[in-house]
Amino acid sequence: MDMIDNDTETLVYSRPNSLTDVSTHYCPGCTHGIAHRLIAEVIDEMNIREKMIGVASVGCSVFAYNYFNFDFVQAPHGRAPAMATGVKRVLPEKVVMTYQGDGDMASIGMAEIVHAATRGENITVFFINNTNYGMTGGQMAPTTLPGQKTTSSQNGRDVETQGYPIRAAELLSQLDGSSYVVRRSLNDPKNIRLAKKAIRMAFEVQLRGLGFSMIEFLSICPTNWGMSASASMTWLENNMIPYYPLGDYKVHPAVAEIKI
Amino acid sequence: MPPKGRIVVNEAYCKGCELCVGACPQNVLGLAADHITAKGYHPATLISEGCTGCGICGIICPEAAITIYREKTGVVRATS
Repeated sequence: MDMIDNDTETLVYSRPNSLTDVSTHYCPGCTHGIAHRLIAEVIDEMNIREKMIGVASVGCSVFAYNYFNFDFVQAPHGRAPAMATGVKRVLPEKVVMTYQGDGDMASIGMAEIVHAATRGENITVFFINNTNYGMTGGQMAPTTLPGQKTTSSQNGRDVETQGYPIRAAELLSQLDGSSYVVRRSLNDPKNIRLAKKAIRMAFEVQLRGLGFSMIEFLSICPTNWGMSASASMTWLENNMIPYYPLGDYKVHPAVAEIKI
Repeated sequence: MPPKGRIVVNEAYCKGCELCVGACPQNVLGLAADHITAKGYHPATLISEGCTGCGICGIICPEAAITIYREKTGVVRATS
């Protein structure tokens, strides 16, 4: 790493300390990396790395514990909110986050996430929505768009037989226990900046003991979508954002007072 | 005069996804055609003059592979 020349140059950006010095196994262009980076940047800025405990899920993000430079546990498929509930109740002074994909949280883990939210557990959930099961080869997930082709819906998702996608942010926002539920996208620099602000807000909510916070990140899966990374970003913008509108779905009045 | 900047791409992380190439407002980023990284990717690099150190490549980079510097204004760089 180059040294900073303080006399002539300003360091604009460098890799956050909350990421380990490990190259990820994610495919080129995967927005898991952007989400990891934003979370690590916010943890660095808030100086809470020593208080963090993460709960990794099952899916591509299963190896998150190798990439974040703080304590991590690994939950069974979909059970990260249940495990985070236990961790947070035993160690209430810690900041507990889960990092889950759509196949993990919106499918097998739907019971855990709904009940963790309705109990108002003081945890933060990061939900990566890339409309398929990335790790196992791009099968149809609960979030797959109508008509979208995946390896297990080869003629496109047929809503007659396979139902409609689940909008997790809207669903969890209906529960009285949730305090901060928003949806952000990772498709361009502007939306990435907004996503980072939301991460900051979610950690502030937890630090103030205001209850359950969840951020849904619209993400890409270039390999399983069969597109380049930049084409995937365009596909996200044109197809996912209309179906999954960005916005703040639940902001508790006490949360709305937080200024960051 | 626009500010001057430069980037350093850590080739241990860069996977040549080209997201920074598409996002660069000055169009000064490209993939290095002359060499590959240990993982076999052509890494991102500055291909021409004009980097302003705006930081947008760092915002879009999924691998946190880019370190960005911007020259301080009003400082004459020593020519040693």
